[in-house]
Parts: sequence; structure tokens; C-alpha cells
Amino acid sequence: MEHSVQEVSFHHEPEGSTFVKKVIKTTVILSVITVIELGLGLLMYAVDMGSTLVLFIKGVIVILSLAKAFYIVGIFMHLGDEIKNLIMTIVVPLMLFIWFIAAFLWDGSSWRNLRNTFNGTPAAVEAPAAEKGTGEKH
Amino acid sequence: MATVQAHGEVKWWSGGKSPFNVEYGKLMMWYFLMSDAFTFGAFLISYGTIRFSQNYWPDPNEVFNAFPFAGHANLPLAFVSLMTFILIVSSVTMVLAVHAGHSNDKKGVVKWMIWTIIGGIAFLACQAWEWTHLIMGDHSVLINGEIKQIGTTVTMNPWGPHTSSASGEHVNLPGPVAFGGYFFGITGFHGFHVFSGVIINIVMLVMAINGTFERKGHYLMIEKAGLYWHFVDLVWVFVFLCFYLI
Repeated sequence: MEHSVQEVSFHHEPEGSTFVKKVIKTTVILSVITVIELGLGLLMYAVDMGSTLVLFIKGVIVILSLAKAFYIVGIFMHLGDEIKNLIMTIVVPLMLFIWFIAAFLWDGSSWRNLRNTFNGTPAAVEAPAAEKGTGEKH
Repeated sequence: MATVQAHGEVKWWSGGKSPFNVEYGKLMMWYFLMSDAFTFGAFLISYGTIRFSQNYWPDPNEVFNAFPFAGHANLPLAFVSLMTFILIVSSVTMVLAVHAGHSNDKKGVVKWMIWTIIGGIAFLACQAWEWTHLIMGDHSVLINGEIKQIGTTVTMNPWGPHTSSASGEHVNLPGPVAFGGYFFGITGFHGFHVFSGVIINIVMLVMAINGTFERKGHYLMIEKAGLYWHFVDLVWVFVFLCFYLI
């Protein structure tokens, strides 16, 4: 059948059965990653661990989420099947997020440090020392 | 039909063909989604900034531990896992609807679109329950030496550090107020995307049933609606990450 859309010169629709297999595989991957993330989240809740280890586990969860995003965009949204130039016009602007995240989280933590240093009530409501903090809230 | 091997040698930019090999509407949907990614990104990053600026932040495992009809059972993250799973499944049914559209299979498109819409409505229903539970669920909080019962709203946060009152009761201090505002603001903005996605999908379903796409000879509209729907799922990955997991 002659296609009525002239913008598309080449079609790259995958074969029916292989495509469904690919979708099932991706679904399984997404579900398994989600279950691992939940397991790690509950592990942080159930087991008392040091803050470095907690930070490490949180980093692992972030990386797993990025993997999920990669599968959703690449397979479900078919971005992986598009022409490289098209992919680049979408992905390159998103690089702005690297600066965006780093700068603003840095800003937030600097704000906390400044407040803790100059506000007169250093870490007044730090989690374990909560009992002490009750009276001195300004 | 042109072969895929010719792909590399094609002069895409010498005129006569679309250099990106997609139709206009789909390309513009991609650029819209990119800009929407920045909107959500800005919200989530501002949440991150405020969170990093606080000495204390509530533990999501404590806040989100309820499940409908489970009473006061402590089930951290169980309900939100269900919501995540519902959204993943509805994303999969959408992929299958788009795939059925590629082979001009009207029956398949209608079937999978109905499942996708059901998934979207189920997700919204879950979110409505979760919001209601957070807003209406009162907790004992020590405010100026008095124990008060407050729920989670944009102006109140009962999830502060644990302490005990003068009479030895286990209560919380008020937590950072920004918690509720960011939670309801961002999950609400995402929920609004889900809602508009459901509306778009219903329109697509009606058009498919009426044979609009059959007459056009292609189901590319389903593909664009599909891109939007997958994006909603994609955003949920990060909302789930930022509010529930870390």
C-alpha cells in the first residue's frame, strides 16, 4: 500500500512476532528493576546503616532509574529506531540537566551550611538530637 | 520499497525528503515532550534544592506505608509499587496499540486502547486514594508544647523528627512545610498529565472506533498519543525515585 505520508522515506517497522518478544523482554526488565529498587528502598528502612552506605544505595537506585528511563525511551518510544540526527536534537539539549542538577543541589546544600553556621542554632533539628531541639526553635 | 541498506548513503539534506524521516506531527511531539521534560525537571530539581537545604527530611517509608482496606498495617511503599506497576502495564498496552496500528489492525487498536485507558483511570483512582489518605490522616504532633492532630497538607507536615511529649507520649515534631507543597504540586502536575493523557486516549479510541484512521489509511495519530503516554510513564519513574525511594 502506498503510504499517504510523504515525510517518511523509509519504514523500519519490526516483524510482528520479534517485536512482541522485544516488548515482553522490556516489560520484564522494567518490572525486575522496579522490584530491585523497592528492595533497596526497604533495605534502607529495615536495616540501620551508616550514612555513606545509604548514600551509595541511593546512588545505585538513581542509576537503576536512569536505566528504566533508557528502556522506556529507547524501546517503548522507539527513539532508538530513529535517525541519529533526530536522536541528537532530543538528547543533546537534555545535557543541560547535568549542570542544572549539580548547580541547584550544590546551592541547596550551601544554603543549609550557611544557615547552620550563622543562624545561631546549628543543626537544631537534626534527627537523632530531636529532644534537644524542641525548646530552642526560634 | 527502498532497502534499509541504502540508509547510510542517502543524502538527507539535499531536498526532496524529510531529513529526519518522520512526519511533522511526531517530530513536534518529541520537541514538546523535551520541553515538558524540562518543566518536570525544574520542579524536581527545585524540590531537590529545598530538600538539600534542610537538616531534616521525612522518611518516605514512614509517610507512604498505608494500603487501602489494610487498616493500620505498616506496609511501606506497597501501594506506590502497585501504582508504578499499573503505569508500566498501561505503557505496555499502549505499545501494543501502536503496534496494532502499524499493521492497520483496527480491532487490535481498539482493544489495547481500552486497556490503556483502564490503566490510566486505575492509576488516577490510586492517586486520589493516596492524596485523601495523606490529607485526612491525622497524626499527633507537638506544636508549641501542645499535642495537635494534623494531616499532611501544603501548610502542615506531621512527619518531623520523633520526640516524646511532657507526658511521655511518642509524638512527632512538625516537619519541613515544603514537603507537602512539593509532594502535592509535583504528583498533582503528573496526575494532571495522566488525566489529559486519558482524555487524549479516549479521543483516539473514539476516532479508531469511528474508522477515522481507517479512512486516512494510517494510525500515526495513535503513535503520537502513544509518545505522550510513554512520557507520562517516564516522568513517573523520576517522581517515584525522588519522592518514594530516596
